[in-house]
Amino acid sequence: MPTALPSLLSSASTYAAGLATHDGEAHAATGFASYAWLLIAFPLLGTAVLLLGGRRTDRWGPVAATLLSWASFVVGLILFFVMFGQPSEDRAWSVHVYEWVTGGSFTADVNLLVDPLSLAFVLLITFVGSLIHVYSIGYMKHDPDRRRFFAYLNFFVASMLLLVLADNYLALYMGWEGVGLASWLLIGFWNMNPAYATAANKAFFANRVGDFGLSVAMFIMFFHFGSVNFADVNVGVAGLQGANQGFMTAMGLMLLLAACGKSAQFPLQSWLGDAMAGPTPVSALIHAATMVTAGVYLIVRSGTIFEASPTAQLIVAIVGAITLLFGAIVGCAKDDIKKALAASTMSQIGYMMLAAGLGPIGYAFAIFHLITHGFFKAGMFLGSGSVMHAMNDQVDMRRFGGLATVMKITWLTFGAGWLAIIGIPPFAGFWSKDKIIESAFVGEGWRPWVFGLAALIGAGITAFYMTRLFFMTFHGKRRWTEDVHPHESPATMTIPMIVLAIGSAFMGLILGPTGAFSTWLEPVTGAVEEHHPVIPVPVIIAVTLVFVLVGGGLAWMRYLRDDVPLTAPAGNQLTKAARLDLYQDHVNEALLMRPGIHLTRSLVFADGEGIDGAAGGLAAFIGGWAARMRKVQNGFVRSYALTMLAGIVAILGALWVIQ
Amino acid sequence: MSQMSSVPWLTLLIVIPAVGSLLVAVLPGPAEQAKRLAFGVSLVTLAVGIVAATQFDRSSPAQFQLAEQHAWIPQFGVNYALGVDGIALILILMSLVLTPVCLLAAWHDVEDEGDGGRRVKAYYGLLLSLVPFMVGVFSATDVFLFYILFEAMLVPIYFLIGRFGGPRRQYASMKFLLFGLAGGLVMLVAVIALYLQGPGGTDGFLISKLTGLSIDPTTERLLWLGFFVAFAIKAPMVPVHTWLPDAATEATPATATLLVGVLDKVGTFGMIRFCLQLFPEANAWATPVVVVLAVISVIYGALLAIGQTDMMRLIAFTSISHFGFIVLGIFALTNTSTAGAALYMLNHGFATAGLFLFAAMFIKRRGSKRIPDFGGWQRVTPGIAGAFLVAGLSTLALPGLSSFVSEFLVMVGAFGVFPAGTVIACLVIILASMYILLWYKRVMTGPKPEGLSHIKDWSVREKWVAAPLIGFFVVFGLFPKPALDVINPAVDKTLSYVQANPATLAEGSTK
Repeated sequence: MPTALPSLLSSASTYAAGLATHDGEAHAATGFASYAWLLIAFPLLGTAVLLLGGRRTDRWGPVAATLLSWASFVVGLILFFVMFGQPSEDRAWSVHVYEWVTGGSFTADVNLLVDPLSLAFVLLITFVGSLIHVYSIGYMKHDPDRRRFFAYLNFFVASMLLLVLADNYLALYMGWEGVGLASWLLIGFWNMNPAYATAANKAFFANRVGDFGLSVAMFIMFFHFGSVNFADVNVGVAGLQGANQGFMTAMGLMLLLAACGKSAQFPLQSWLGDAMAGPTPVSALIHAATMVTAGVYLIVRSGTIFEASPTAQLIVAIVGAITLLFGAIVGCAKDDIKKALAASTMSQIGYMMLAAGLGPIGYAFAIFHLITHGFFKAGMFLGSGSVMHAMNDQVDMRRFGGLATVMKITWLTFGAGWLAIIGIPPFAGFWSKDKIIESAFVGEGWRPWVFGLAALIGAGITAFYMTRLFFMTFHGKRRWTEDVHPHESPATMTIPMIVLAIGSAFMGLILGPTGAFSTWLEPVTGAVEEHHPVIPVPVIIAVTLVFVLVGGGLAWMRYLRDDVPLTAPAGNQLTKAARLDLYQDHVNEALLMRPGIHLTRSLVFADGEGIDGAAGGLAAFIGGWAARMRKVQNGFVRSYALTMLAGIVAILGALWVIQ
Repeated sequence: MSQMSSVPWLTLLIVIPAVGSLLVAVLPGPAEQAKRLAFGVSLVTLAVGIVAATQFDRSSPAQFQLAEQHAWIPQFGVNYALGVDGIALILILMSLVLTPVCLLAAWHDVEDEGDGGRRVKAYYGLLLSLVPFMVGVFSATDVFLFYILFEAMLVPIYFLIGRFGGPRRQYASMKFLLFGLAGGLVMLVAVIALYLQGPGGTDGFLISKLTGLSIDPTTERLLWLGFFVAFAIKAPMVPVHTWLPDAATEATPATATLLVGVLDKVGTFGMIRFCLQLFPEANAWATPVVVVLAVISVIYGALLAIGQTDMMRLIAFTSISHFGFIVLGIFALTNTSTAGAALYMLNHGFATAGLFLFAAMFIKRRGSKRIPDFGGWQRVTPGIAGAFLVAGLSTLALPGLSSFVSEFLVMVGAFGVFPAGTVIACLVIILASMYILLWYKRVMTGPKPEGLSHIKDWSVREKWVAAPLIGFFVVFGLFPKPALDVINPAVDKTLSYVQANPATLAEGSTK
């Protein structure tokens, strides 16, 4: 059992020590580390071969893509062991790959920064990513376009790795947009269904709103610091010593906007539910385990900027708190298993964002929860895919029920994920989420109470909706439609689920109470001084567990003890609102879409009638005068001479004016 | 100021295609042979261009290299004077690469109508005849020579649109000609007045003789305006843009590509070469207004692109938006933004070519340019859909593809000088994704349409059209260094003539 929060952290050094490594003391990589670019090269090679190779690669392409993804994992693992053998102050390596952009005084290269933070992501991305490649071999077996699917998956892995390995914001941005493109391609993978194509575009547009933020943040960086390298920006921020908070806040808020777009945080959250249109392995990898957490990475990586602007940092925490409740409420009302999981993802990332907004005391826990969430949520998405496989691609949980006996492996592995996310000890989510709740209760004034209570209430709601989901799917009466004959999925699908379930069960126990994870990240996120929550830690833990049990118990009463009706009951106002995602689409339509359509339509009209009309009118005017002037061409030399004289006078007059 | 060349490379690049286009037009024989001849000539020109480029020394202190100079009308101080800096060089190379691509794409634009292939020969001859003009305007170092070429190139385009275009070709070509002539006449007055301000003599029209003059402010502003109006129409900027959508939609795709992708660059190229270099004081005076117009063009073009149903008009409006970016980059006058603008000219040429030529592939198959007539075409022509998507992604400036580098450099450089304008222009990140991806969705996604099983995906010829363009997007997106290496010194050189705004320059080079 965890005791006091700070016991996990070395209290000897202060955050200032963390800043020192922020300042970019990364040294040039030597030995195997200088081959870190192979991490990205392997999956990129897969993309190129599968896309350019065409139908010839249909037979062996998926397996090749999977192997290349595993190759990337092996490289990551070796890098991890090399880094583990180094003293903690030597655990930041820079790998020069090539000169990318040099325009005038602006320079940004494709260089990699391998440090404990990026390496933690590398291991998550390549391990979960490779497992999902394996799963997809089974899941996409009968899809005629599976070669393209694996090409996109490999492209996603490569882009995501660039995102977390880049040593500057511009190269990060290339990865950032690469994963956005992969997400667009994969959400719309079955875009013969127009609704799916729309969902893909919705995701891309919301992300681009975020990209606007990231771009403007880079403009500000370059203007004030002359560079967009992490190291240079950190030095620049440190050099200001707290002055100029205005633009620091602007920069922080723009980065937050970027994070909101990518991580489906309020107010840019509306795309994630629709993104479930993509094949389920995609939902597991991109829209649960990795890509959607990139926003949290961005905030943590930009820690110095948020340290320098308490306002921006506070808003990060507020956005996180709002989103964690928003997602949890929506999750309670969804009958579509994938959309319920998507709402849950949004809510869990809200937790991470809240932690990241708490500053250095929260960074390590934000990332820790990100990693454990990557395991248990990916596991549950794969489980839902397995269920859909068994149920003819149905997603309505009101048509599930009693599946525990027919698909035991899916039931058990999903169960591990369920216990992990609601935070039952000793499963992984307990160790990571509990730390966030404890950290949220740290501070002065109203903040610990608001953030702490939000996190606490969120934990109760999470227990409710996840238990609801679990019971509706695997327990109770069989409410199946007549044409389904559920069966367990093949080994290519169950093995990844088992591996992820093992992680969901034990990784928290290994990395949490031992403090191994926090210590590992310390060179990047910094060690923290002792902090005491406003409520004693054991009380927080106890109350959290009570909330979880109450939430779970309510779900048991409504969805296991009582029968689940086949059609959803009308429900109260809140339920109705939650089913409609708290009116997010209505708001977007009223505020942005309809005015936008009116604007473009009226501009198209105005351009044709107004501006072009003016040009046309001018032409008609000239035409009219030309007809009149034709009468001047009367053949009388004396009138020509008179005209010429007038012209000469005019020219001389003009020259006189110019002189 | 100019580094003379022992081999007249630039003249060769003018003479070879000029002679070639005459031969294509007049030689007897089947139409197919004329097309092959034109394509061969364009490849030979490209090869000569590449050899010429290897002679370019990017560390040379001279502004113009590969220079040539011969007296033409000494009485009026007019010379046949050519030379290139890095910016002109990449624009010429772009023209030389895009020409064979366009000729290949145009293979079935005009069919033999039993007239002994005369129509086909005229079309191919006219297309090839654009090359001498493209090389000439970008390399002219004599203001009068530039003016002559600037005006004369209206003629082949006029015929290309008016004779080979769509149903409203007469209207579109006349509109194009009138806008062009209006700008040209204003410029003629300014060209002559500029000569009077200069030292005169037998080489009084050389750019080198006209750089750094001390002109009375009012006169300088009027002269600046004379040049700028012509360039703004050509570029084109809002509100003098309305000729472009009509020209683009009525012209054949190959004509539209060379017009919008290459020849319109003369407008923005002219702003760098003439407005900046010859009239720095007036330029500083006009900059606020120009930047406002540029930002309006950026947003206005994008919004109108979203609202179009005719694909060719849509592409034209995306170009108006992108020309706005180029102008913003030029007039922000930082070495970063101007380098971005110069690179943007190159990238926009290829991106526009990709959109026009790939869209033409499925337009030709369907027989309609209207977006609502499509749907589900990703399942009909998957290869073309993929190529079109890459071109679209490059147009919306996806990092990793070519246009991104230039768009980012323009904005990151301009932000320090015009923060508000740059942030507004940056909204195009969102709008561009809409005009491209909504378009893609309407044309390519949805259920596979019935009754189109006879339609085939791209032919070998069409793959060869796509390959260089796709290759460019990827290679110059990931590795723009070759282009930036020649652009950066040229930009530094040009900006060294702009002393009007030293504060701005210092700001841009803070490091």
